[in-house]
Amino acid sequence: MYTEQVMDHFTNPRNVGEIKDANGVGEVGNMKCGDIMRIYLKVNEDEVIEDIKFRTFGCAAAIATSSKITEMVKGKSISDALKVTNKQVAEELGGLPAPKMHCSNLAADALKKAIENYQANRAKQR
Amino acid sequence: MRKVYLDHAATTRLNEEVLKEMLPYLTEHFGNPSSIHSYGRKARAAIEEARERVATALGAAAEEIIFTSGATEANNLAIRGIARALREKGNHIITSAVEHHAVYDTCLALQKEGFDVTILPVDEYGMVSVNAVADAITDKTILVSIMLANNEVGTIMPIAEIGKLCRERGIPFHTDAVQAIGNIPVNVDNLNVDLLSLSAHKFYGPKGVGALYLRKGTRLSVYHHGGAQERKLRPGTENVAGIVGLGKAIELAVKDLEPKANRIRALRDKLQEGLLAIEHTKLNGHPEQRLPGNLNVSILYVEGESLILSLDLKGIACSSGSACTSGSLDPSHVLMAMGLDHQTAHGSLRFSLGVDNTEEDIDYVLKVMPDIVARLRSMSPVYQGGSK
Repeated sequence: MYTEQVMDHFTNPRNVGEIKDANGVGEVGNMKCGDIMRIYLKVNEDEVIEDIKFRTFGCAAAIATSSKITEMVKGKSISDALKVTNKQVAEELGGLPAPKMHCSNLAADALKKAIENYQANRAKQR
Repeated sequence: MRKVYLDHAATTRLNEEVLKEMLPYLTEHFGNPSSIHSYGRKARAAIEEARERVATALGAAAEEIIFTSGATEANNLAIRGIARALREKGNHIITSAVEHHAVYDTCLALQKEGFDVTILPVDEYGMVSVNAVADAITDKTILVSIMLANNEVGTIMPIAEIGKLCRERGIPFHTDAVQAIGNIPVNVDNLNVDLLSLSAHKFYGPKGVGALYLRKGTRLSVYHHGGAQERKLRPGTENVAGIVGLGKAIELAVKDLEPKANRIRALRDKLQEGLLAIEHTKLNGHPEQRLPGNLNVSILYVEGESLILSLDLKGIACSSGSACTSGSLDPSHVLMAMGLDHQTAHGSLRFSLGVDNTEEDIDYVLKVMPDIVARLRSMSPVYQGGSK
């Protein structure tokens, strides 16, 4: 039911973990649906994502999309990162089973929240 | 890679002896059982022999057995058939919150058609209480349907007591015995049931065939129309080879039931002990009143589908009650009815053991499981490294 890319990211997820001194953290999902994704960002002075990590509770699709998005945006500017959509993440993984498209495909939402959190933190500092 | 099948509650491997008896009815004895020539008579005789075997296994009479395409059809036939037959007497049906969808959804469909359906709650072990059934019965009650043993958590219901109660009140009592046959004794008189559903592929028979036991004198309305087969209650040319397979499979299933069940239970207990030794795990289902081969555990802080896939990559087959595997957005209705919180339900795993499992199978699962759990927990945002 899953593509090879999904299984690859599920079995060997990239960038798992936390960033202790993260300057942006975002979480989406809830335990009711059984998917929770949390993304940690380290954004540098030039507004480039220097480091990104995730922790996810959920099915293989949830874990794979989390892993994939970290790979897609690491080293990118936050403005470019914000352009990534859930649909693109799924496409990069060779597609997801239809029922997973809406429930477990939330990585871009988590990233967006993390970036917003970073921006809010920045605004406070100024 | 080692392959370990621990999903016998989903389906079982066809027994070789069963296959051997079925094969001639797919080839040389291909006659239509309704034909009066020798081809037809050969097939008819095979069906009637299978009917005797099913009846004997259940402690019933042959004429009380109706062959169907499986338990889903048997459940539909039983529930809809009684509901229509007794519509003049009343419109109240009692069932439980942990029934298989073949019963549960059929009752909900009748509710939409205007029947009054009481869905009884269960306790934390998935058990229906006899008193709750007694309290729910009204003078409009025309059917009670409670499963014999639950398919997800294995809890064995007090069917004989509920049956006694229904008998006293003159209410037809149906039980879905799909998971019970071949695992615990099933005798229609001891259980006080009027209708009972079963399916061959759960006890090493073929898929696509089952039966409904219908106690003599129980009225049932027809809802499929066609030929005169199966007393017109299940018209259509019979699945002869399947029925032959069902007959042989049930004969083998009830043979030496106790030693087989004891051996499986011992393996199950070993698996249970080993899995519950992993931190933050919980047994789902009744600690004692449970099918010998069933083990349902929740692995907290991780999700069931991830667990299943990880186990599958190691050659181990099992199932889960998580939303991702239920085909809906919600986790298993059984686990939710037992009062589990969402996380515990999403992290549930069902292992169901069968006659082919060995001690080595269990050792292998226990060997690979801790690493799988640790890996998924290390990724989990809700796991704080050991402390809740």
